[in-house]
Amino acid sequence: MIDFLNSIIVLLNFIIIPGIAYGSQLALGALGVTFVYAILRFANFAHGEIMSFGAMITILFTWFFQSQNIGLGILPTALLALPVGIIATIILCIISDKFVFQYYRYQKSVPVVLAMVSIGVMFVINAIIRIIIGTETIKFSDGQKFIMKAKQFKVMTGLNEGLAIKSSQVITIFITILLLTFTFWFLQKTKTGKSMRAFSDNEDLALLSGINPDRVVFTTWIIVGLLACVAGTLYGLDKSYKPIIYLNLVLPIFASAIVGGIGSPFGAVVGGYVIAFSEIMVTYAYKKFFVYILPSSIEPNGLVQLLSTDYKFAVSFSILVIVLLIRPSGIFKGRVL
Amino acid sequence: MIKFERHEWLAITIMISLFIFVGFLQGWSVSLVILNMCIISAIMTMGVNISWGYAGVINFGVMGFLAMGGLAAVLVSYPPITESWQVGGRGLGISFALLIVLVIAVMFINRKVIQKRKRYILNSLIIFFGILIIRHFYLNATHNIEDVNPAIAGFLGGLGLPIIFSWFVGGLLAAGVAFVIGKVALGLRSDYLAIVTLGISEIVVSVLKHEEWLSRGVKNVIGLKRPVPYEIDLQNTDWFINLVTYLNSSKLNNIIDVSDRQQVLNNLIIDGSGIFVKLSYAILFLIVMLIIFYFANKAQLSPWGRMMRAIRDNETAANAMGKDVVKQHLIIFVIGAGIVGIAGAMLVTLDGLFTPSGYRPLRFTFIIWIMVIVGGSGNNLGAIFGGFVIWFSWIEAAPLTTFIINQLTSGLEPTNALKLHLLDSVPYFRYLFMGLILLLILRYRPKGIIPEKVRHS
Repeated sequence: MIDFLNSIIVLLNFIIIPGIAYGSQLALGALGVTFVYAILRFANFAHGEIMSFGAMITILFTWFFQSQNIGLGILPTALLALPVGIIATIILCIISDKFVFQYYRYQKSVPVVLAMVSIGVMFVINAIIRIIIGTETIKFSDGQKFIMKAKQFKVMTGLNEGLAIKSSQVITIFITILLLTFTFWFLQKTKTGKSMRAFSDNEDLALLSGINPDRVVFTTWIIVGLLACVAGTLYGLDKSYKPIIYLNLVLPIFASAIVGGIGSPFGAVVGGYVIAFSEIMVTYAYKKFFVYILPSSIEPNGLVQLLSTDYKFAVSFSILVIVLLIRPSGIFKGRVL
Repeated sequence: MIKFERHEWLAITIMISLFIFVGFLQGWSVSLVILNMCIISAIMTMGVNISWGYAGVINFGVMGFLAMGGLAAVLVSYPPITESWQVGGRGLGISFALLIVLVIAVMFINRKVIQKRKRYILNSLIIFFGILIIRHFYLNATHNIEDVNPAIAGFLGGLGLPIIFSWFVGGLLAAGVAFVIGKVALGLRSDYLAIVTLGISEIVVSVLKHEEWLSRGVKNVIGLKRPVPYEIDLQNTDWFINLVTYLNSSKLNNIIDVSDRQQVLNNLIIDGSGIFVKLSYAILFLIVMLIIFYFANKAQLSPWGRMMRAIRDNETAANAMGKDVVKQHLIIFVIGAGIVGIAGAMLVTLDGLFTPSGYRPLRFTFIIWIMVIVGGSGNNLGAIFGGFVIWFSWIEAAPLTTFIINQLTSGLEPTNALKLHLLDSVPYFRYLFMGLILLLILRYRPKGIIPEKVRHS
């Protein structure tokens, strides 16, 4: 019995909790990509950089608040700076729309051209970030680091295995639940949300019913900026902030959005968790788990690892390819909000 | 015959004069280094241009194919390591044989078992256990191979042939990989296809990075043989010394002192040997580029090229006319990838080393695409022009930015924090330039600098 509990704790500690946290970050990112895809109808390659930009502004203001000795006690100061970051990210989104994307929307360009344009935007934001904050790794989480330390847990329960819960993980999960509830409530219940869904479903019909496309697009960018900034900041809080990592993050985010069914918000969220869990589960070495759960006579002597951790990125894309082969429209039929 | 119009001649003149300008300003060695990379970029760009410009098939897997070409260079030219083959060859052989058996078994099940659910269960069972068995042989073998003299070997080595063969093999290897990818992914819509190919190239690169028995992984392969002479050999060859003396005779004759003259001559020989080597590379690359250019143009003007344009402009109509769109898409995807593979092998040949971690899909794929779009998709000369201009500005962006920043902040003190910070971030301004160039071109010249010629018949 004790062995069984121990094995459960191992799974919780190394797979489930990190998986949920990482999955939440991916889900928020994928939700942003999906919004752009459903309303503006293109794959936004700049999304990773928008997240990075939001995280950067949050970091800059965190430093500012820290220098002014304003803090939140046990919570990280970054939460205080987050609203500023969100506003800045929204402004960035709206500026990029006004100066870049709007023209192609009025021209009714094909999606591929818009994707190319978003690559241009990606480069520009990329450069701005590097010029402002450099390329170094930045750790900006302060306050209380752990809600529960591994040692504490061991003492508390008398088990062999410790369970460590980082406060950043709890914050991530909490904020994600909050934001997801808000987003889905917004889409289902408010008039603007309904007009967005209508616009995504059938643009011409929506225009005929008197929905103002500019307004819909404007709202979309506000939501995208909000989601991107929060996702970026949470990822940075949980791991650390490094521009190159955010550049690469756009791949698992796309994978999540497509696996879930691109254009479907619920699918994006599920896809985020699917990708996160598969990345962690496939590359985790299960030796410890099996040592507890199996009788010692048939204990494995290897690491019992399906793939080495080097293949983390490859996993998300293999999942993507497999899903596209079996079910091209994603887990939840995509395309409309 | 290919006829150039006036603006195309202008583009060619601009390209040539860029290099002459840099040659006089920063030295011929720098100019040739940039020229070599420009030619390679131009070939890559032509590869992408063939699939995107001719047929509208998007290919974001450039880095994967480039890396396959690089792998070919290693596999062809590196001398074989017999010890590795002895310890691991058999295990690898067994695991590959088993892999083939597994694939055949899966195909057999797919054909025989009709009920869908049964098929899925059988397939997943067979694949799972098959992989477990294969892994056993495979991991043993690769482990043994990687243990062979890890500091200098630790991989299988290659065939020990002249590296120039690898240009051909690289093309074939990349084309083979592209065939598999195309079979899987080409049915997807264009923007999905973009993301999927990008992801697959990430997978290819990560395989090369971590399968050390094959490519030595992050430990890199160094010291690949060259198709051109080494500088040090040249410096001791009589005809080369005579050539340098002859070319610089007027300058040398002005120096009266014998030891001074010898000194100057030695320096000239050292400089000259470097330039000679780079020049030979440039000539080799130029030949390859012109051959590809010739055939690409020929193909574009042929009935096949016309069919490709038809498919690009209206897939449904082309399909209705009886053209096999899926097959043609696959063909053009494979050809484009093959050309990128050739460029990959050439790149490794030029560097003399293979560094799998240097292929970063998200960084460089888009640079190649900027070359295609800036140059003009659907026009081969445009592709070459785009490759040249973008690579040139990628390299020359740093000196230019330093100059501009110094000019703009000339009023500030040299220790001013802002000025120092800006000067520190000079390398990042090139991303800004690239992004702005792409955005401006897409806005004001969406067909590129040298647009595709519209042919009316």
